[in-house]
Amino acid sequence: MAKKNEYVRIHRNVLEAAERTGKLPEDTKNVPLEMWVKGWLQDEEAAIGDTVTVKTVVGRLETGTLLEERPCYDLNYGEYVPEILEIDQRLRAVLFEGVEA
Amino acid sequence: MSMDRSYAAVTGRKSQIIRDAIGVDYSKYEKEGIIFDYEALMADTGYTLEDHIRIQKTYNVGNTPVFELHNLTELARKCAAPGKGARIFVKDEASNPAGSFKERRAAASVYHAKKMGYKGVVAATSGNYGAAVASQAAMQGLKCIIVQECYDSKGMGQPEIVEKARKCEALGAEVLQLTVGPELFYETLLMLEDTGYFNASLYSAFGISGVETLGWELGHQFLAEYGKHPDVVVCANAGGGNLTGTARGLRKAGCNAQIVAASVDLTGLSMASDGQFNRKSFTTAHTGFGVPYATDPDHSDVPRSAARPLRYMDRYVTVKQGEVFYITEALANLEGMEKGPAGNTSLAAAFSLAQEMDRDQIIVAQETEYTGAGKHLQPQLAFARKNGIELKFGDPAEEIPGQNIIFPAKPSLLKARDMDLNRLRRSLIKRQAAAAQGRPLSDAEIAYLMEETRGTEEFVRQTLKDLGL
Repeated sequence: MAKKNEYVRIHRNVLEAAERTGKLPEDTKNVPLEMWVKGWLQDEEAAIGDTVTVKTVVGRLETGTLLEERPCYDLNYGEYVPEILEIDQRLRAVLFEGVEA
Repeated sequence: MSMDRSYAAVTGRKSQIIRDAIGVDYSKYEKEGIIFDYEALMADTGYTLEDHIRIQKTYNVGNTPVFELHNLTELARKCAAPGKGARIFVKDEASNPAGSFKERRAAASVYHAKKMGYKGVVAATSGNYGAAVASQAAMQGLKCIIVQECYDSKGMGQPEIVEKARKCEALGAEVLQLTVGPELFYETLLMLEDTGYFNASLYSAFGISGVETLGWELGHQFLAEYGKHPDVVVCANAGGGNLTGTARGLRKAGCNAQIVAASVDLTGLSMASDGQFNRKSFTTAHTGFGVPYATDPDHSDVPRSAARPLRYMDRYVTVKQGEVFYITEALANLEGMEKGPAGNTSLAAAFSLAQEMDRDQIIVAQETEYTGAGKHLQPQLAFARKNGIELKFGDPAEEIPGQNIIFPAKPSLLKARDMDLNRLRRSLIKRQAAAAQGRPLSDAEIAYLMEETRGTEEFVRQTLKDLGL
């Protein structure tokens, strides 16, 4: 359970699929416009999946479904891509070893 | 009483919301017929080039170094005909506080917002501009909300955009992340209305005139260090602001360099498609923005865009995703500079264009951008492969956006490919002339279209004739 003032991430549909504008590709028109934002929990306590209110860093109140407590960044440099070292080897061969450009 | 927050109601209040949030009455720039007074809009910011230089100096923006890329120049010469191969330079815009040239655009917007008494700024952007606005808002003591398009409907985030969200938050901004769709502007309007913050639009005159310092610096740096102006300046082109501002600044510095626009070729991919969102590896500086914004600048979040690239463009080339990744790796491995891929779009083009030029000439790629987890070729390529995109070596001319990424098998296969600039000019004329609803255009309107396109009178009249107008 998340307690009041815990930093959390919430989710809400801004527009349901039926509310979306006309000039859209079909695949986009068939899904809702979704939104994610972070803030401090305003409810006394809440579980993942509950509808809650948060106060964002600028002081705005937003309502949505509680998705994550203490959200962290998990982005990274991805899996090994062998082509990158291959680019290096080929470039150096042309520049320094006389291989045809 | 609370306002109606439905899509129709909010977009219906758009003019008033934008007017309140930017403090500019755009209607006064509308003149006879289809004419819009662009120079009056630019002059009315109240900030001269000297003011921008002073503001940017105060907030640690600009005065970025220019570096000569000796090894890339040597490599280009190996690909070129004898005697050919201009000196290649890059302007290291990544050394701005938030890591890109976009901070030049943000500085005056945030400064102006503060001067006008706004408590915060809102910007709709998935790109480096978000971090730039967040950085300037932090420095100048305003609150900041960034609205970005980040995820597809499966909740899969584009790594580059996820990183930009992290950076914006690191710099103190609130970040609203959305799934794919142009209704991002609806959410932005709601934010502006709810908070009363300033609309730090990418396309306001404050933002575009702020980029003039980049061109101004280029002109002066080359004169001081190399005794002459650059011959060609390559600008990555998406919304057109980078090219517009840079070209205006170069002119003010007395530099007549040829201005070349460069975009990553994403032909065939829809920018509003949920399914295609994560099949591209570049989220900016691509044709999906570059072409529509060049031919129809006024479909942005302000009534009239200050970014009007066809007024300044001498040439427009495209490069492939595989070519930009390739040059990004070359910059790291041959020049010792690790930078973000999208910021190297102009460098990829410059590498090819240098081969058409004489050895004593100078070509400049006018930006770099910061790099980091997510916003780097390794995670971007790993992400592409995970999404079913084939990675291979070969001739990039055969690359199909959304299907494969082809790295040049050898450097001479990296080619900047010319777009038909007259086709873009005709497209702009067609759109703007449509506002006349079939009425014959006056001489003044023809002259306006000549300015909008850098076209001759004969070209504009012939285009109108071909359109049956």
